[in-house]
Amino acid sequence: MEQTINNTLGFPILSMLICWPLVGAAFILFINRTNEKAIKMVSLLFSVATFLLSILLFTHFDKSTHMMQFVERHAWIPYLNINYHLGLDGISVLFVLLSTLVTILCVLISWESVRMKIKEFFICLLVIEAAMIGVFCSLDFMLFYIFWEAMLIPMYLLIGVWGGPNRVYAAVKFFLFTLVGSVLMLVGIIVLYFYAGRTFNILELMTKAYPYKMQLMLFWAFFAAFAVKVPMFPVHTWLPDAHTEAPTAGSVILAAVLIKMGAYGFLRFSLPLLPDASRAMAPIMLALSVIAIIYGGIICLAQTDLKRLIAYSSVSHMGFVTLGIFALNTQGVEGGILQMLNHGIITGAMFLSVGIIYERTHTRVIADYGGVASVMPIYASLFIVFTFASVGLPATNGFVGEFLILLGGFKASQWAGVLSATGIIIGAGYMLWLYQRVFFMETSPKVAGLQDVSTRELITLLPMVILIFWIGIFPNTYLSFMHPTVQHLLERVNGGGAPAVAVNSIMQILK
Amino acid sequence: MMTSYALIPFLPLAAFVINILFGRKYLKENAHWVSISAVAGSWVVAMMALVDVYSGAKINYDLYTWILSGGFKVSVGFLIDQLTVVMLIVVTTCSLLIHIYSVGYMHGDPGYYRFFSYLSLFTFSMLMLVMANNFLQLYFGWEGVGLCSYFLIGYYFDKKSASDAGKKAFIVNRFGDFGFGIGIFLIFLTFGNVYYEPVFSQAGSFADTTVNFLGFDVHLMTLIALLLFCGSIGKSAQMPLHVWLPDAMEGPTPVSALIHAATMVTAGVFLVARCSPIFSLSETALMVVALTGAITSLFAATIGLVQNDLKRIIAYSTISQLGYMFLACGVGAYTAGVFHLYTHAFFKALLFLCAGSVMHAMGGELNIQKMGNLKKYMPITYMTMLIASFSIAGIPGLAGFFSKDEILWLAYSGPSSVGKFVWLIGTLVAFLTAFYSFRLIFLTFHGSFRGTHEQEHHLHESPKSMTIPLMVLCVGAVAAGWVGIPHLVGGGAHFAEFMKPVLGHPEGHGTHAEEWMVMGISVLVGLAGIGLAYFMYILRPELPARISQQFAAIHKVLSNKYYVDELYDFIIIRPTIWIAKNVLIGVTDARIIEAIVNGVPSAIAAFSSGLRKVQTGLMQHYATIMATGILLIIAMMLLR
Repeated sequence: MEQTINNTLGFPILSMLICWPLVGAAFILFINRTNEKAIKMVSLLFSVATFLLSILLFTHFDKSTHMMQFVERHAWIPYLNINYHLGLDGISVLFVLLSTLVTILCVLISWESVRMKIKEFFICLLVIEAAMIGVFCSLDFMLFYIFWEAMLIPMYLLIGVWGGPNRVYAAVKFFLFTLVGSVLMLVGIIVLYFYAGRTFNILELMTKAYPYKMQLMLFWAFFAAFAVKVPMFPVHTWLPDAHTEAPTAGSVILAAVLIKMGAYGFLRFSLPLLPDASRAMAPIMLALSVIAIIYGGIICLAQTDLKRLIAYSSVSHMGFVTLGIFALNTQGVEGGILQMLNHGIITGAMFLSVGIIYERTHTRVIADYGGVASVMPIYASLFIVFTFASVGLPATNGFVGEFLILLGGFKASQWAGVLSATGIIIGAGYMLWLYQRVFFMETSPKVAGLQDVSTRELITLLPMVILIFWIGIFPNTYLSFMHPTVQHLLERVNGGGAPAVAVNSIMQILK
Repeated sequence: MMTSYALIPFLPLAAFVINILFGRKYLKENAHWVSISAVAGSWVVAMMALVDVYSGAKINYDLYTWILSGGFKVSVGFLIDQLTVVMLIVVTTCSLLIHIYSVGYMHGDPGYYRFFSYLSLFTFSMLMLVMANNFLQLYFGWEGVGLCSYFLIGYYFDKKSASDAGKKAFIVNRFGDFGFGIGIFLIFLTFGNVYYEPVFSQAGSFADTTVNFLGFDVHLMTLIALLLFCGSIGKSAQMPLHVWLPDAMEGPTPVSALIHAATMVTAGVFLVARCSPIFSLSETALMVVALTGAITSLFAATIGLVQNDLKRIIAYSTISQLGYMFLACGVGAYTAGVFHLYTHAFFKALLFLCAGSVMHAMGGELNIQKMGNLKKYMPITYMTMLIASFSIAGIPGLAGFFSKDEILWLAYSGPSSVGKFVWLIGTLVAFLTAFYSFRLIFLTFHGSFRGTHEQEHHLHESPKSMTIPLMVLCVGAVAAGWVGIPHLVGGGAHFAEFMKPVLGHPEGHGTHAEEWMVMGISVLVGLAGIGLAYFMYILRPELPARISQQFAAIHKVLSNKYYVDELYDFIIIRPTIWIAKNVLIGVTDARIIEAIVNGVPSAIAAFSSGLRKVQTGLMQHYATIMATGILLIIAMMLLR
């Protein structure tokens, strides 16, 4: 019944991954706050160490099975049957890697841009890293919920303390949105707990069958939590504010990892726990995804703020992700997972880039720019890579993800496929227009004489460039992690066998 | 031996990587050596491939698996057959010559290395496109050439017009790719595969299948063919997506010659020819192709009549000639279409390079009204451009004559129901083509010089690195057609024979007399066009101004290109941005969603502040409320 294989590494790698950043944070506590260099070096050291450790996951992951790997399990609160239960499968493993990589880049990008409360900033960053890894590793629903919520606090501080002028509004909005969603999820978790006979074990919960009505209620309870995080239309309005006001590192973490958790939640919980409801609700989810793609894209065309534009483009791109997931076929789901990774890389890279230039000009207004390609040619070449990856040009990672998603989406519903494909036109429109206004045409006085990227900044962006082409040209390196897990997941969703009358009647109504 | 074919695209890719990484700091003015040696290498291997294919080989192999997901598998792989080989020759030859020409043309440009790295990247993408053995790799090359086109059109990126044009080209092409992409989805869902070989061999079994597409029952092969054709319309600048190509002339002239005349824009024709097994199953699709081609070629030719921008005239001519190729494919004469693609590459690249040479001499001037009598200063440019114009006008014996004649004959005599109609349009276009081509020649090279004294002072023939490619291409513009001389005039029609295994062999049904007649008419209208141009611009140079005054309205419509750009601006661009600003941001996000989001907390706040008033802190109030409550409960219990 328990679908796990024991940790073959001989040491508890997942616990170590969660702990190292925390140890780093504790270490920083004892450094004098005037010793800024030491604080930064310790953060870098610990984030790099965590990343290097996580590479073992990449090399030692068994790609031939859908079962949970690197599993650790210890009783935690036996009275409530809450366990400290960790493990990874083909859906989650890559996001741990993404989290550890992104943290390094965030440390690097904050090297000079963060000027106040440096100590607290880096502590926050490392705590966020631990929580992110915890979210993706948890196999106990309560543990998951704790990490999920734990993530909120340092993120709230990051926006509210180190953010832009309107930071408090954005931080509160971010906090409230996600909290309201999470509370509903908590209710759902507790319902499951009692129904399944007092267990939070996700793997155990997955083996049970739940009555359709209950599935439906739980689906929407989970939806509240996950859709806000993704964010799906119409609960996306916190994202532009949060992104715009957050410091660069905050935006990068938000874009690269935090909003992936929503989509991850759908994959980890909604689909396998509530297969009948997922199937029945798929048309609605597809419709919302299509709206997000088009709505998020068109709204980008009217943005005047650099970060706001990229934030709205995230709404559009995450629409592709949810489209793929709820296509409920192999191409769609694998494309969706890959696109989560891709979006993390591309949009993460874009926010890093925006941070780099914001540090120089202190303006986010697109109209203040122009002709940056003339003064910062290396920066311009890197940014064009990100632009075209975002537009989904073949040979970049964006293409592989979007193609598989659209193929899957089209398979699931012709309308969804065709309408979403307009996203590739709109995407080209706003991204190239953005690029033109910032990089081309006459050099604006605000950018005249800017220094091109420094070595530190180059090192920050290069991993993203490499990943963009690596995934674009050899996507199978990454897709192969997913095959068995996704297949298993889809068997669970589509092979339920008990798609009762209720499902059909709902489908009828929707049609 | 197999692996060496991979060198054809990968040599230019290597050149791109070297130039883009080391060009700015190290290679600088030597960047062209890397790119030129790479494309020369590709040319040599392509020639070897030609020999192999000619001796009967057919190469089809996968290099590695690109994407694998569930039942979807696609590789990077190469198919080299007759069609591929012809494209390889066209691409590598033109690319090589234009690389060499660029050494002179781009000399001293601050972005020299950048220019050559883009050219290499383009060559790589174009070669990947034509060598693909599956639809997704075709799409890869397709988007890749689009990317390079974007870079090269916007090469002078500090100019707003150039960066606008690059962006426009990419986005307009995306409209076509939208259909193309859905076509690929349908192919996969129909055949379970995106490789050419299984798809084409099974296409026949779906000849009568209809599917439900977005609620309509449509003939499957027609649907797939037309969706693929959407891509062609974009890439080959056919109506209604032709608007990007004239603007693309913002790029450096060698780019116009290579990308926007000889190679990339013909990719659409290549796509139709490659998918001929699918198109041939649908009469409707073929008719759409033929009519789109015919109408576009007429439409573009009429605009070409009145333009004064040297490069834009040639650009409209390109659109028109591409229309000709589609016209051919649409009447089932794929061979003739590809034959015209092949001859056109030479004379049109030559026309553009000559135009570049003229610009070089005129200090960037493009208005032909300000030129004149250049033949005195630039004899080589003049002679080569004159020959290219004779070729495009269809003067017997030259390359353009044979391909154009074959198209017209097969349109006239073929089985297509619109054949006679498109033949008529084709003949009319042949007249217009000859006229505007020679209008350009006469205004540029003959008469008296109308530019400034300073310009006149600087007039000179271009350096050898530029004139030698002109002369080589000129040989092509004359002789490229000799491989396809029809049986009628004693030739062997070798080209059609060679292509037969891939594209089939459409036979015209008509008598020799008819064939002579069609040929005669096309020659006559060509000569008439030249004659009329001679009359209007040499004998009676005051006439054009009078005519344009007399027909001011028509002239205005033509010189404004039928206002298509304005129309798109009005019906697509403005409404979209208006909706984004005023509906999505202004209403949906700000008034509806945000109102709900901000409304819930404020409603709660209002509710709780109302509730707060109950807590007055006065004992009497609490006692009253308690008493009321108790009474109520007792009352309820009693009433039950």
